[in-house]
Amino acid sequence: MTMHATAERLATEAHAPVLRPSTSMTLAIENMHCGGCLRSVERAVLKVPGVETARASLSAKRVSIAYDPALAGAADFIDALKAAGFAAAPIEAAKQDKDTARQSYLLRCVAVSGFAAMNIMLISIAVWSGEASDMDASLAIAFRWISALIALPTVAYAGQPFFTSALSALKARRLNMDVPISLAILLATGMSLYQTMRGGEQVYFDAAVSLLFFLLVGRFLDETLRVRARGEAQNLLGLQSGIATVIEPDGAHRAVPAHALKPGDHLLVAVGERVAADGVVLEGAGQVDQSLITGETAPLSVTIGQEVYAGTINLIQPLHVMVKAADSSTLLAEIGRLMQAAEQGRARYRRLADRAAQIYAPAVHGLGLATFLGWLALGATWQTALTYAIAVLIITCPCALALAVPAVQIAAASRLFRQGIIVKAADGLERIAEADMVVFDKTGTLTIGRPELLQDDAICDDTLMAAAGLACASKHPLARSLVVAAEKRLGKVRPASGVEEVPGQGLKRSLVQGEERLGAAAWCGVSSAGSESEVWYRRDWMSPVRFRFADTLRSDATRIVGVLKRQGYDVALLSGDRTEVVERVARQAGIDAWQAELRPADKIAWLNARAREGRKVLMVGDGLNDAPALAAAHASMSPSSAADISQRTADFVFQGERLAPVTEAVAVGKRARSMALQNFAVALVYNVICVPLAVAGFVTPLIAAIVMSTSSILVTANAARLAK
Amino acid sequence: MTALAWLVPVALLLGGLGLAMFLWALRSGQFEDLEGAAYRALEDVPPGEDDPAR
Repeated sequence: MTMHATAERLATEAHAPVLRPSTSMTLAIENMHCGGCLRSVERAVLKVPGVETARASLSAKRVSIAYDPALAGAADFIDALKAAGFAAAPIEAAKQDKDTARQSYLLRCVAVSGFAAMNIMLISIAVWSGEASDMDASLAIAFRWISALIALPTVAYAGQPFFTSALSALKARRLNMDVPISLAILLATGMSLYQTMRGGEQVYFDAAVSLLFFLLVGRFLDETLRVRARGEAQNLLGLQSGIATVIEPDGAHRAVPAHALKPGDHLLVAVGERVAADGVVLEGAGQVDQSLITGETAPLSVTIGQEVYAGTINLIQPLHVMVKAADSSTLLAEIGRLMQAAEQGRARYRRLADRAAQIYAPAVHGLGLATFLGWLALGATWQTALTYAIAVLIITCPCALALAVPAVQIAAASRLFRQGIIVKAADGLERIAEADMVVFDKTGTLTIGRPELLQDDAICDDTLMAAAGLACASKHPLARSLVVAAEKRLGKVRPASGVEEVPGQGLKRSLVQGEERLGAAAWCGVSSAGSESEVWYRRDWMSPVRFRFADTLRSDATRIVGVLKRQGYDVALLSGDRTEVVERVARQAGIDAWQAELRPADKIAWLNARAREGRKVLMVGDGLNDAPALAAAHASMSPSSAADISQRTADFVFQGERLAPVTEAVAVGKRARSMALQNFAVALVYNVICVPLAVAGFVTPLIAAIVMSTSSILVTANAARLAK
Repeated sequence: MTALAWLVPVALLLGGLGLAMFLWALRSGQFEDLEGAAYRALEDVPPGEDDPAR
């Protein structure tokens, strides 16, 4: 009996891996660039026990993993990838899936309508040329029926994106571009079906379906741009928030992706780490760097019971933090309220294509109707009048609007993407082109956002090397930047051995000659009243040496400000930091208009005042305190090191240490706008020539379809110039 | 002319076959990573041996 039971259990266990449901997870990979990386990523993940499949995607910069949740977790994958040299972070894939589902639905529509358009055109050309020669009448009728058999299901399937959108616009008593499109397609199809049944010759399935095909291509490009922008932004956010260490009730440490943290979780924040979520300090006291939140560069002291915000860097001692839900009295809640108010202003912006559609759609409908009524009044049969009216609708059908603007924008976005700039809002390109004033935040935007050793020639190489050797033992931001500075000047730094760290004070080690210390002024036995961040280094047998640190300007900040000024932009600096620091940075960067010690609401008030003067402001900022201002400004950019909420709000996110992306984005935005306008001009010229001909009845729908395709190709080719 | 009676259906069938194959390829995720696919084609690790792609 027992033996039987054991055998049974063994059997179940043998099958267990198959039966157990596997979970899937998607990770964003930061630095995957080539086929070799793709392989290494997949190999690294597959080596983790419990992983069933791993599939990396080079265009999405992600890897999808199917795994057994009992054997592996996010932290294992991230560690394995880190060992292979890749930075990775989990992302929530659910939202993205919905977007890609819509994208592949549109691609299916493009494929179906493309197939139908080619085949119907093939048959149509036979019929049209047959009419001039000796084609049998019965054969022509048969061909028209075949066209109808292909066209009807195609229109019913691939026309849906337009029909649903037109229907919802009509329900809301509005007119959008999809109303004339749907009308043209449905009328042309219905009319052709009627003519086919009567054995008539006015059959234009070809026109209806090829119109559908071109419009769908435009729609698909537009959606592709949106999906890619959203995906990139999601990757960045995921990589930034990273992994938090949660202490379980039983004392075990567990790595949890930051977005999966729940209120009540107990976090351990190591020195030098960012706090992953808003919370209250439970244990430990020390200083935190809140520059990402408030723009203030001087560290803030925190003790038990005080609140810390996501994005602050812990400086001195490990902190235990309890994650807290947002409550209405905090800075975050205030920023949330300001954001909501500011975003309502942004929503009033109408896209170029929509503004054009507002004028275009009524004109198209009016013209179509006038043609129909006019020909009836002149005594034409209603079929003829309707055919001419359809030709007018097809001719005027806004391909330039439906295809040209997305084609330009996708070309512009891929150009910017290659330079590390992510276009998050499709209409951001239009808005940035209109800006006439650029406003910068200070910390993290004009400046790099972390302390750098001021190039002090007083410090000799030996001292720097020795101090950096000690500093290797600490994760304190100042110690780290000391090491970076030493590596820059002297090459590789050898860590000193036997170093002891006293939290909140500094580092020390004993040598034969005496003691060696690195840290706060008091720790090294000096009294200093310096307002800047500084670190002292002292050997017992020598006098102490001071290392001064400051948040320095981005390498090209002054140049970029100069370029913007020469291009005629007004440049201003708005900061939440202290007056003397802001003044110094403004002077260095060459900005005359600056304001310091501003709260988020003050920044918005300032921006609103400019908006009332009719100025269109491009806001560049990174802090949590900038987020409302980013939402309120006409256009906005933020560096990829910015706070989550700012990156979500900004129209553009740029990577790297340089500020040049600002001028690049402005330049590309302007070129994109002039190209969109060129495309409108192409469409207009062609309308001016063709519409009178169509109204007069000289253009058959077939010719209309061919001319329209040509203009679409022209307009797309024009847009492609931007991608180079 | 009678040739058309079978030539036209054959043409449509072949076209439809192309469409069906495209839709199948789309559904099976072959268009999800166009950049990566370009590199995967160059891989010379024999399938089955340390082959992650399933």
